[in-house]
Amino acid sequence: MKKLLLGNESVARGLWEAGVRFVSSYPGTPSTEITEFAATYPEMYSEWAPNEKVAFEAALGAAVGGGRSFCGMKHVGLNVAADPLFVSGYTGIGGGMVIGVADDPGMHSSQNEQDSRHYAIAAKLPMVEPSNAAECKEYTKAAYELSERFDTPVILRLTTRVSHSRSPVELSERVEREVAPYVKDPGKHVMMPANAKKRHVVVEEHLAALAEYAEVTPLNTVEENGAEIGVITAGNCWNYAKETYGKSASYLKLGLLNPLPKKLILDFAAKHSTLVVIEELDPVIENHCRALGLTVTGKDVLPLCGEYSEELLRERLLGIEPDCCEVGAPIPARPPVLCPGCPHRGVFYTLQKLKLRVSGDIGCYTLGAVPPLSAIDSVYCMGASISSLHGACKVRGEEDKYVAVIGDSTFMHSGLTGLVNVVYNGGNTTTLILDNSITGMTGHQDNPLTGKTLMGNPAPNLSLEAICAALGVPADHIRAVDPNDLAELEKVVKEEVAAPCPSVVICRRPCALLKSVKKNPPIQVDAEKCVGCRSCMKIGCPCISVTGKKAKIDESMCVGCGLCSQMCRFGAL
Amino acid sequence: MSKNIMIVGVGGQGTLLASKILGRAAMDSGLDVKVSEVHGMSQRGGSVVTYVRFGDEVYSPVIGRGDADVILSFELLEAARWLPNLKNGGVLVTSTQQINPMPVITGAAEYPEGLLDDIKALGVDIRAFDAPAIAAEAGNARAANVALIGLAADALGFDTEILRNAVAACVPEKALEINMKAFDLAAARAAEAKRN
Repeated sequence: MKKLLLGNESVARGLWEAGVRFVSSYPGTPSTEITEFAATYPEMYSEWAPNEKVAFEAALGAAVGGGRSFCGMKHVGLNVAADPLFVSGYTGIGGGMVIGVADDPGMHSSQNEQDSRHYAIAAKLPMVEPSNAAECKEYTKAAYELSERFDTPVILRLTTRVSHSRSPVELSERVEREVAPYVKDPGKHVMMPANAKKRHVVVEEHLAALAEYAEVTPLNTVEENGAEIGVITAGNCWNYAKETYGKSASYLKLGLLNPLPKKLILDFAAKHSTLVVIEELDPVIENHCRALGLTVTGKDVLPLCGEYSEELLRERLLGIEPDCCEVGAPIPARPPVLCPGCPHRGVFYTLQKLKLRVSGDIGCYTLGAVPPLSAIDSVYCMGASISSLHGACKVRGEEDKYVAVIGDSTFMHSGLTGLVNVVYNGGNTTTLILDNSITGMTGHQDNPLTGKTLMGNPAPNLSLEAICAALGVPADHIRAVDPNDLAELEKVVKEEVAAPCPSVVICRRPCALLKSVKKNPPIQVDAEKCVGCRSCMKIGCPCISVTGKKAKIDESMCVGCGLCSQMCRFGAL
Repeated sequence: MSKNIMIVGVGGQGTLLASKILGRAAMDSGLDVKVSEVHGMSQRGGSVVTYVRFGDEVYSPVIGRGDADVILSFELLEAARWLPNLKNGGVLVTSTQQINPMPVITGAAEYPEGLLDDIKALGVDIRAFDAPAIAAEAGNARAANVALIGLAADALGFDTEILRNAVAACVPEKALEINMKAFDLAAARAAEAKRN
């Protein structure tokens, strides 16, 4: 039976068909749905871990424990999981292990554009990359075969357009696999120098065997269409190449990205007068070809930044410009904004009003950085709000007033250790934890603070107050406020910023998009009272505009959170 | 040959459901299909675009400038933003709904006036309807996404029954009646407009 599946959904189906027993991941666009769909199959235990390192280690443990396992993450999540990643090739596995990593060329929802293929090379692990939903399932299953054949975790590399595209997939049944018996083998699993030295030799032997396999694997395919242009490509770029050249070029489509074949490429090169390498982000395949002594067209005409498209390839490789028309008027940009009723809005309004410098973090609330709130000074990576603020405060002392702002899920991911550092090293920073009772940006995933697991079971409801107290923040400087109560929020933030000790303000109100959150009737404008002062506009709510010197509420969007009413001095809202 | 359809709008307007319906209709028509969606940050009220391509053989999941046979727009400014993607001779079906983007709300930019006329003046086959009003007539303005599919039905190139069944298969059970009503009402309005 054929079904239209999202790439990520198809990976999940592949996990199920491959007999996977254990899935542990941390959500991150564009990888999230793999694990969400995995959780819909009762035969696979699936969980959200607090971060990617924990997820990876849990999956490694499950694999060494004899069951096939998976962990999924976005490209930057692999940075967090890099420590166990690098050692996992040394220890090898028991049941097969696959790491699903989704890169985000074009940065649709990411803070950088890194190319995960470098990790496969650096960690000496095999990597496969599908180009559509059907291959997502087949390559996932092939990755488990490779993993067990070469006793190594395998990286399944995805990109946004593969993860988030739907195409037809032929479904098969699950092949059940028994958990392999556990054999104690400290020489293989206790990575102290004496053992690791021996294991490195094994890693190199496996890689050499994999390099031979790369020459013959069915994952690498050749389509011959004449002797002129030979395109070497992989993943989604193969789609764009096919649209661009059609039958006027031959294709070497690489499904195994690490190690790359040598003889296969040289043979392909020998049959074509011009070689074109098409790959998004870094010139990994191109550099490999150059190292083989080949002359290729690649990054000399194609960009290092952003995603590729058929249009881009036509323009850069064939010199064909698009035939299109446009209106003369300038089209204003439409950047993403905090949703109507978002509990973060009052926080950023208050921080900006108090002229505080704000060390931000990763999540929906990064949008506190855009106008008119413009409240955030910096955002680096998960957890960096608290730790980077600590350094800034040590250098600048008391002269500046700063706060760190971090979401509940991000705090559990990697904010805890930053806060420990503040307490341990005598910092006195103020941390605002925006507790909206869910992992918001990635589309509502549960986390250790929500009291529910991925598979829908109740979980211990961890208390942020108790956690912060246990980390050493003085109990009377752990304060919880409703961020929609602007007066109280401002008072508490002022007090805690002035406090000569580490402090935490928990801004607690659930995400306005949660189904459990009741919507209030839309706010009404009393046109007689409204003087058109635009005070209500300062909160950056997409529902409010001022036309003809009167505020206007878009009733189709307004959820009646009442923040604008608190801004109005004339009682018009 | 493939048919290229873009669905454009503002995050939260229900463009994902519309793309799911078209993908389903293409599958049920026995065609190869690719649907490329937007998840993550731009869903938060930003400009969103979904690509649906179908035909005997489809590779690229996205549609470039000058390549769309049909653009289905949920919002007028977005119709203008994505107009360059429309093929010469393509059809632009747009809702006349206007949603101010943040730069307009804050006064940093203006929502251009007379966009419909500007687009018409370019010789574009533009079909503009108040989709939320048609959906409201059917029972709920939130069915505007399905109403838009009804409005574009003849341009999409599917067998009407296949498209109708795809709508029925993709909308939530409890909203089925209103959505089917919105689809039929919209298709009738489009046919009526064509006659005039």
